[in-house]
Amino acid sequence: MADVGILATTKAAEQIAPRTLDGPSGPRPKRRFSRANIIVYGTLFIVAVYYALPLYVMIVTSLKGMPEIQMGNIFAPPIEVTFEPWVKAWSEACTGINCDGLSRGFWNSVNILIPSLIVSIAVASINGYALSMWKFKGSEVFFSILMIGAFIPYQVMLYPIVIMLREAGLYGSLSGLVLVHVAFGMPINTLLFRNYFAAIPEELFKAARVDGAGFWAIFFRIIMPMSLPIFVVALIIQVTGIWNDFLFGVTYISSPDRYPMTVQLNNIVNSVQGVKEYNVNMAATLLTGLVPLTIYFISGKLFVRGIAAGAVKG
Amino acid sequence: MNHSVEIKNLDLSFGAVTVLENLNLDIHKGEFLVLLGSSGCGKSTLLNCIAGLLEVSDGQIWIEGKNVTWEAPSDRGIGMVFQSYALYPQMTVKGNLSFGLKNAKVPKAEIEKRVQRAADVLQIQPLLDRKPGALSGGQRQRVAIGRALVRDVDVFLFDEPLSNLDAKLRADLRVELKRLHQQLENTMIYVTHDQIEAMTLADRIAIMKGGSIMQLGSPDEIYNRPQNLYVADFIGSPSMNFIEGEFDGTHFKAGDMNMEMIGYAYVGSLTPSARRATIGIRPEHVITGELAATAPQRFTATVDLVEPMGSDTLVYATLDGKMFRIRMDGQAKVKPGESLPIGIDPARASLFDTKTEQRL
Repeated sequence: MADVGILATTKAAEQIAPRTLDGPSGPRPKRRFSRANIIVYGTLFIVAVYYALPLYVMIVTSLKGMPEIQMGNIFAPPIEVTFEPWVKAWSEACTGINCDGLSRGFWNSVNILIPSLIVSIAVASINGYALSMWKFKGSEVFFSILMIGAFIPYQVMLYPIVIMLREAGLYGSLSGLVLVHVAFGMPINTLLFRNYFAAIPEELFKAARVDGAGFWAIFFRIIMPMSLPIFVVALIIQVTGIWNDFLFGVTYISSPDRYPMTVQLNNIVNSVQGVKEYNVNMAATLLTGLVPLTIYFISGKLFVRGIAAGAVKG
Repeated sequence: MNHSVEIKNLDLSFGAVTVLENLNLDIHKGEFLVLLGSSGCGKSTLLNCIAGLLEVSDGQIWIEGKNVTWEAPSDRGIGMVFQSYALYPQMTVKGNLSFGLKNAKVPKAEIEKRVQRAADVLQIQPLLDRKPGALSGGQRQRVAIGRALVRDVDVFLFDEPLSNLDAKLRADLRVELKRLHQQLENTMIYVTHDQIEAMTLADRIAIMKGGSIMQLGSPDEIYNRPQNLYVADFIGSPSMNFIEGEFDGTHFKAGDMNMEMIGYAYVGSLTPSARRATIGIRPEHVITGELAATAPQRFTATVDLVEPMGSDTLVYATLDGKMFRIRMDGQAKVKPGESLPIGIDPARASLFDTKTEQRL
């Protein structure tokens, strides 16, 4: 029916304008420097500068020596480029009695990130898979409860979790913190995976069942290979969330030896003894932000694709 | 007769909604059975129950003499072909064909042999290393059939397999399916809403409505002796003409029409008693032209509208104040406003009880 309709409208259009449109058609082209274009691109430029400027200041400052900083011109590029602040931030800066820089925090964060990432994505993807394809009695209730979990403010649960971890003997340890990250990442990531999997045609799932594939075979051999974009989205969300976390790190880790990078960064920047070494602080901050930044650069394209797919089909 | 698939007192409901109710169906070995009905009649649901993709609420399903009501889909000896093809997009055609066999732990050499054989039968040899994305609709459907073929199943289930194809390809694949069935001699259960597919492919057709079977019979029976008004109206395009009137035991009367039912075969060969009745006459069974004068019953209709269709001409006429469809020869020259002498052979008509809607 649709084809007939299209045919009819094209025919009608031909009758209205019979064969006079041999030349170029469509609206008149606009000039490049129209008033609207200047406003749009001008606004975009200003906003871009506004966002980029702090990053510029940080990079520039981190490459200057202290005397140069004390001259006061924070926007000026370094006269003499030095990487000493970066070295100092990484391996020499002091927090309390430890003077081995951010490197300790970095490795702590890596030790927290890797297991949290693997466990939380594994759990969330299997949750989402089960909730979208193997619906059981009460699966919707189960899902609703999970969603409520996503909307309870973290602060409410902060202290009860301290007690739970203490009772389980995990308080203060990295594995305790991993557990917390997995639990808090679960609702939103489950939702993400569930919506993505729900958009996979049901007949594909049925065909796999007729072909004798069970719960795990369908997940690993059919669903997972089709779902790379959503795994990348979850990866980015989790890496950023876990790496940037400060609250859980400071709450559930009891010893400065095991503090994650963010907490250690705070301790370096906020240490009150001696002269404030702005260049070292800037370098330390950039170092801490490097991991999420790298992830974005590597997988940005897939991230956009995954988000778009989830948005349209979810 | 050998039973292939037996469905016994099958019930299926989702909460308060009953989808299938006390359904019984006995499908013979090697039979091509078509489940036909409009959307929402439960035909796909029934197929999914047979496949084991839906849990039934009550009743039993037997396949090849085995109660499979609670078996997994892969243990039932069935293969299924879906409307959307449902090919695994990340696997090659070969991967798609062998996936089921790998799950069943069939030895590698045997898998290779069966894949080659299926590819030969379906003529998809050159496509084996391609991904489904690089195939046309017809090729994809062939691969989907192949996936059922390699598993050496007893019963093939088709869920509207041709609905996503364009008209020409659909007609071609229909013929191929029929040839495949003649070659393989498997039992095939085929769900469709297209009556042409049903009439051309089926050994028997089950017409479904509201979760139960309205009539089960050969295409010939369904077409010539519909059991009730629903089936009579559903089958045939353009659909049957219905005239409501009175039946007195020998004659059907409606308005000026008084038709003796000579040659009509009553159900169970018993002449029914007098009652309100509806007569159904297919447009293509109306006798026109020179033969109309010698027909058992003769009337005169007034032509309202003419639809020439090439192979034949569809005439919308008025008979006894009501619209009456007549299918005439493609060369018939009739004009609106003309009087058209027509004849009706009661032996080819269908008579129904108006109240119970059942055939008399």
